[in-house]
Amino acid sequence: MGAESGIPHSAPLTFRRVRDLKERVIGWALFSCAALSTLITLGIVGVLVTESFAFFRQVSIVDFLTDRQWTPMFQDPHFGIMPLAAGSFLIAIGAALIALPLGLMTAIFLSEYAGDRLRGVLKPMLEILAGIPTVVYGYFALTFITPLLRVVWPETDVFNALSASIVVGIMIIPTVSSLSEDALRAVPLALRAGAYGLGATKLEVSTKVVVPAALSGIIASFILGISRAIGETMAVTIAAGSLAQLTMNPLESVQTMTAYIVSASLGDTPRGTISYQSLFAVGMTLFIITFMMNILSQWVLARFREEYQ
Amino acid sequence: MATTHDIDTDGQDPALEARAVSVFYGDKQAVKEIDLVIPANKVVALIGPSGCGKSTLLRCFNRMNDLVAGARVEGEINFHGTNLYQDDVDPVEVRRRIGMVFQKPNPFPKSIYNNLAFGPKVNGFKGDLDGLVEESLKQAALWDEVHDRLSDSAYALSGGQQQRLCIARTLAVKPEIVLMDEPASALDPIATQRIEELIFELKKQYTIVIVTHNMQQAARISDYTAFLYMGELVEYGPTDLLFTNPSEERTEAYVTGRFG
Ligand SMILES: Nc1ncnc2c1ncn2[C@@H]1O[C@H](COP(=O)(O)OP(=O)(O)O)[C@@H](O)[C@H]1O
Ligand SMILES: [Mg+2]
Repeated sequence: MGAESGIPHSAPLTFRRVRDLKERVIGWALFSCAALSTLITLGIVGVLVTESFAFFRQVSIVDFLTDRQWTPMFQDPHFGIMPLAAGSFLIAIGAALIALPLGLMTAIFLSEYAGDRLRGVLKPMLEILAGIPTVVYGYFALTFITPLLRVVWPETDVFNALSASIVVGIMIIPTVSSLSEDALRAVPLALRAGAYGLGATKLEVSTKVVVPAALSGIIASFILGISRAIGETMAVTIAAGSLAQLTMNPLESVQTMTAYIVSASLGDTPRGTISYQSLFAVGMTLFIITFMMNILSQWVLARFREEYQ
Repeated sequence: MATTHDIDTDGQDPALEARAVSVFYGDKQAVKEIDLVIPANKVVALIGPSGCGKSTLLRCFNRMNDLVAGARVEGEINFHGTNLYQDDVDPVEVRRRIGMVFQKPNPFPKSIYNNLAFGPKVNGFKGDLDGLVEESLKQAALWDEVHDRLSDSAYALSGGQQQRLCIARTLAVKPEIVLMDEPASALDPIATQRIEELIFELKKQYTIVIVTHNMQQAARISDYTAFLYMGELVEYGPTDLLFTNPSEERTEAYVTGRFG
């Protein structure tokens, strides 16, 4: 045995302290890495909070939440988050209408219908979809989808929410489908066998047994997908435009919270000015929304966890 | 060659008739040219050591092997004069008419009521569903324990209750034949006894084919017993005969506990 594992039989024992020291150094190195990323996160939140505080010393939270205009550059500036929030939600809702059904159907197909070979081809393709830089999606929307929309509805703005919704929807299909598929595949085969044994068809087994059994995972994938849609930046900045207006018409241009942050950061907004600070207030709002959605999805997963037997 | 003793079908047509049934998993043959007549309204036990092909053979009777990747079935199984493996036979209908209860209780993560209602609903049942649920639970001797909590999750039931729920769920589809694959192997002795009593009741209305590796159980509940060994049918006949006076050496060795 000793010879096989490379230690000569007659070798003296290694001193334990040397090994302990090595283990300790590695432990500390790993800890520092973990600590560093935590500190960076805390630092970002810290900056967000301090700059937002500076902002809210000048603009009351009530104004921020109830003013219906967002015009930081005007002579008489208004800082109502509503147009930006509405822009974000308009696009997120549109994207959800596309991505949730398509993502779920893709997941059902991959988990219940596709054979191993087909799944082996389709899954990498979906991952490629997830790996395309979001700028590319933005230009795809602007140069391909928008012209198509304008054929159908000529009054469509060049920059419009619908086009952005469609590409963001396509972008988040992989998020929804891969998480939903994991949930579907976690449903035990015995449940499927039980349903088949009662004379159910494949469609009935999939939709009436497997999907309900995986519901918490599916809902969590929906919430994460929507959260990604709200946080999505480049594609919406390019496709939806930068006109902060409170509208529910998807053919018009809107500005999302993320798009505002991009456009304001690109222009030179001097430090310490109110428009500079407004960036952080919007960022903070965005952070709170996506953070809460992530918590919600964790909660759904934990609360409705399927305890299969 | 297998010894098959006289199978008394009481002048009725047999419920199922397997002819030269073989099952392959890839290249491996798990069931070897088995002929087996299942008489109607009787309990037939399939016994034999683990891995001898009992479950595989059982799954042939309602085409569950269709769902097992790599499984291939040869031969015929006649059911009311039709070969179940004929091209134009719909396996979904086969499974509705020939139900199955599995080794481990596998209730759906739904309410007790919805576990029962699932089968009838997917089969287009249009009658009194509440009545059917009650009737099926009564047949499975579970009604008294659950009638006041039908909307509770099936997972709240004990293992033995879950298995009776699965039996009730199968009965709710009104099959002619019920296949059971070691239905009590995951249960404690008391729950096992209840299942056995239940099988005794059910054979008045149904034909039952039950896999068991428990010989006492086979002796207690079955009318006929088939002994399988390494994919082959060794001996098939009335249970009493098989346990007291088997013709085959291997059967005797197995039922007296000398191997397996
Ligand atoms: N899905 C499968 N794929 C490949 N081989 C299988 C599969 N199921 C069973 N087998 C093999 O077929 C033989 C019979 O198995 P099975 O019918 O489960 O036996 P039993 O129920 O009598 O224990 C065993 O050798 C087993 O390993
Ligand atoms: Mg088995």
